[in-house]
Amino acid sequence: MSATRTEPRESAMEPPEPTGKTRAARHVTVVRELGVVAVLVLLVAVTFATNSRFLSEQSVRDLLLGAAILVVLAAGQTLVIITRNVDLSVGSLVGLIAFGTGKLLVEYPGAPLVVAISVGMLAGAAFGALNGALVALAKVPALVITLGTLYIYRSIDHLWASGQQINAADMPPGFLDFGRSAGVLGIPWLAWIALVVVIIASFALHSFRSGRELYAIGSDPDAARLSGIPIGRRVFAVFAINGALAGLAGVLYAARYGTLDATVGTGLELEVVAAVVIGGVAIFGGSGTVYGAAVGAILLTTIDSALPVLHVDPFWQLAFVGLLILAAIGLDRLLSVRLTKRMKGRSAHAV
Amino acid sequence: MTRSKFRRLASGLAAVLALTLTAAACGGGTTRGDDEGPGDTQDSVGEADPNAEIQEGLHISFLPKQINNPYFTVADGGGEQAVGELAGEYEEVGPSEASASSQVSYINTLTQQGVDAIVTSANDPNAICGALDQARSAGAVVVTYDSDTDPACRDLFVNQATAEGIAKIQIELISEQIGGSGQIAILSATPNATNQNAWIDLMKQELEKPEYADIELVEVAYGNDDDEDSFQETQGLLSSYPDLAGIISPTTVGIAAAARYLSGSDYKGKVALTGLGTPNQMREFVKDGTVESFALWDPEALGYLAAYAAAALASGQINGEAGQTFEAGDLGEYTIGDGGVVVLGPPTVFDRDNIDDFDF
Amino acid sequence: MPSDAGSIAAARRSVLRSVAGSWDFVLLVILAAVLFGAIGWIDNFAETITVTFLLLDVIPIALMATALTLVIVTGEIDLSVASILGLTSAVLGQLWLSGFPLEIAIALCVLLGAVLGAVNGLFVAGLGLPSLAVTIGTLALYRGLAYVVLGDRAVADFPFEWTTRAISTIGDTGIPVAVLPVIGLALLFGVTLHATPIGRALYAIGNNADTARFSGISVSWTKFWTFVASGVMSSLAGIFWTFRYASARADNGLGLELAVVAAVLLGGVSIFGGRGNLIGVLAAVVLLATLQRTLQLASATDEVLNLVIGSLLILSVVVPNVVQMLRQRIRPTVLEGPTP
Repeated sequence: MSATRTEPRESAMEPPEPTGKTRAARHVTVVRELGVVAVLVLLVAVTFATNSRFLSEQSVRDLLLGAAILVVLAAGQTLVIITRNVDLSVGSLVGLIAFGTGKLLVEYPGAPLVVAISVGMLAGAAFGALNGALVALAKVPALVITLGTLYIYRSIDHLWASGQQINAADMPPGFLDFGRSAGVLGIPWLAWIALVVVIIASFALHSFRSGRELYAIGSDPDAARLSGIPIGRRVFAVFAINGALAGLAGVLYAARYGTLDATVGTGLELEVVAAVVIGGVAIFGGSGTVYGAAVGAILLTTIDSALPVLHVDPFWQLAFVGLLILAAIGLDRLLSVRLTKRMKGRSAHAV
Repeated sequence: MTRSKFRRLASGLAAVLALTLTAAACGGGTTRGDDEGPGDTQDSVGEADPNAEIQEGLHISFLPKQINNPYFTVADGGGEQAVGELAGEYEEVGPSEASASSQVSYINTLTQQGVDAIVTSANDPNAICGALDQARSAGAVVVTYDSDTDPACRDLFVNQATAEGIAKIQIELISEQIGGSGQIAILSATPNATNQNAWIDLMKQELEKPEYADIELVEVAYGNDDDEDSFQETQGLLSSYPDLAGIISPTTVGIAAAARYLSGSDYKGKVALTGLGTPNQMREFVKDGTVESFALWDPEALGYLAAYAAAALASGQINGEAGQTFEAGDLGEYTIGDGGVVVLGPPTVFDRDNIDDFDF
Repeated sequence: MPSDAGSIAAARRSVLRSVAGSWDFVLLVILAAVLFGAIGWIDNFAETITVTFLLLDVIPIALMATALTLVIVTGEIDLSVASILGLTSAVLGQLWLSGFPLEIAIALCVLLGAVLGAVNGLFVAGLGLPSLAVTIGTLALYRGLAYVVLGDRAVADFPFEWTTRAISTIGDTGIPVAVLPVIGLALLFGVTLHATPIGRALYAIGNNADTARFSGISVSWTKFWTFVASGVMSSLAGIFWTFRYASARADNGLGLELAVVAAVLLGGVSIFGGRGNLIGVLAAVVLLATLQRTLQLASATDEVLNLVIGSLLILSVVVPNVVQMLRQRIRPTVLEGPTP
């Protein structure tokens, strides 16, 4: 993961003072995210023109329900990727926590929702902290560690489930209702939760010192260390938070689907990374926003439901997503090259 | 994120029965036509002796498409019970992901261990053929259940149900539930799901019969074996056809999603729903009155029958030729049909009275 | 450079120490231990057929891991290898269906592998995009194209002679014939990596691309060719896979990329580039296959194997780092003179 280790930090966003550089960088980020929003709007418009049922109340609600879990995961993954790390174990973690939530609720059907969510998030945070400890303390690459824990967490899930399936019928109806029904303003509870997660994560990232430090760590770890940022502690915390959010996603998964076995969430990790990358978060850290990643996740989900409506051969869907990812990172490069050019022009002026 | 790309492909088997249904009667792959495959190169079992005793201590190994898959856990549970009754040695092995290549690796292992019988459900009808041939040359008998291989590579296939049986029971159920007349629709999986399409064609033929003259099939919708799509398609059907009397969904994902939609709508109890589903997924909807009855084969009986067939083969009682018969414990006597196929029987119908007797 | 006899001896000692303490050595010891343990305690392991089954499982992973080693040594990664395997397999099946002779179909598939690798290389080396993101994109794209080509069909009626050739063995040795070209290719890659200027350039790029550039190495082109190599080797793996299982399908080798990456990393190649060698990687590939065969014969489930793979992977990176940290902590008190 070192390709850009030696490359110039053109897209670095280093708060707090809004210098010309950061303003320009922020401008690029906004342009980039508006691009994804534009694609999303275009896709929805075309699909709606083909079949007006695509924007019926029920379809929109289903779309939001579907996107919620991926959005929560993308928010957590964004924090990790901004620090120039990656967490590949989230798919396994979602599966493990979803199954655990099922077990918990079958055992104690009376457990309040808050308890299920808290237990799920705490357990997720513990697994995430294990990732974080290995990455931050032993100073080893996150890709290797989380690839390892991807296997390990999934094995634990399999050994625990050992062929059992938890069925919707065994789960408390109230919990399933939470996973499916609409809340305030007719928007599903799951979507509200995802929205809250995105707002909090984004606020923390931009308004807290420690949040802004994540960008510094990602754009130049050495400089960050020299300026006194406790990199180890920050990275550890980011993994723990991401684990907690993966735990939350696991609980939401259990509520939404109700039918749980050991294969839940298999392969989800690459989908989350794809959503984050499409949303304009640089894979080598230092730039990107939670909002962008969330829009990326919504776009991926929308493609899923739009292509069948557009009568696109289902076999083309995956290829289409691949192209979209390539287009997204291509666009990133284009914008950052422009930015570099503009900055060069500016510094030439200054000299 | 319903079943988005990566996951849809990475864990194709997440929807437990969905694939089993689509692959159930699939024979071979696409062929070029001008070239013959390995062909029936061997007949590992010699003459059958109908009077041969079932041997004790037979080592019978179950190799499902995927281990830890609840459907196969139940089926293999039936196998374990049968092997116990026969005083044999039961074992279940298999990959945690449903791929043919890992099944080959397990068949190789079983060959090396010198087991007496391999009972397997093929992830790919051809990819495991070579390995099964090796196992048979090493002296094992091979029984397939749930999903067959190329018939040349196994001794016997225990089929859960025939396409005709599946089509017939569903029409029977819907006719019963809507009182013999009215509009019906079918909610299928994907437009190109081989099995589903074969069943739908047979259902259409069944509807030609005079006793179903008053039933009109108005649309075949496709929910892509996706919970959300199926949910939406159900909603679409009901808004497009205000007089719709019933829906048949011959896929476990579809029927569960349709039931979920109906149970939360005004149509509950007014529009009939039947098809193929698992008791565990459908229990709440049968109990709340959304669904009267639906059908599926009993996987436990399937595994049970497969184990008895394997023991009979390994003991030399039968060798897989059509017309031979063997005893299958509680299930009674079975006769081998053409092509070395044994059919479990008509699908089981689940309703309010019997659904609690099943756990799968 | 040491010039006097004493420092040569010291250098030799340190070479010895570094060999004994190196990860390859540890891997080989673990491999030997597993082999001896399996021969001693696992029924049916000590048979020639074990060699056949084991090596047949090793071949596709070894092909992909060999080329991926070069990619990772330069500090890049290729996650699309298993998708290239799948697409090659699908195209091979489709070409055969359309009436192409197999010899030509195979040649076209190898060419296809080169093109797919070149596309990766173009994005990464040409446009300077991060390989992790690019190859997640092509992972989806290539697998998607495989489905476009073959859908959910399977092509299975390849000529018997070809499918047998894929699994035939050399006499009674139990060694599959197909291992020979794999050994040839591994030697070719090994020599390239460890004994030619190209190999030195790869390490130089992985250590510091800027320095490499200043010393006259064409970083972009070198990286580009490693991706082409990875594409070609993955397509060879796809061709072998198709014949071994006598089945061309779009989902062949699905999800295998993580296993290949795990093998390379377990082999001691640094994910940051610049460090690692092919012997370690091949030892890791064989170790993983041996563990799988052993655990299966011992009737352990897949989960145990995955648990072992995951733990080994973590240990392979954590242990050396922890040891180094401890050493650094101890050294100042042990050494009398100032540390260099």
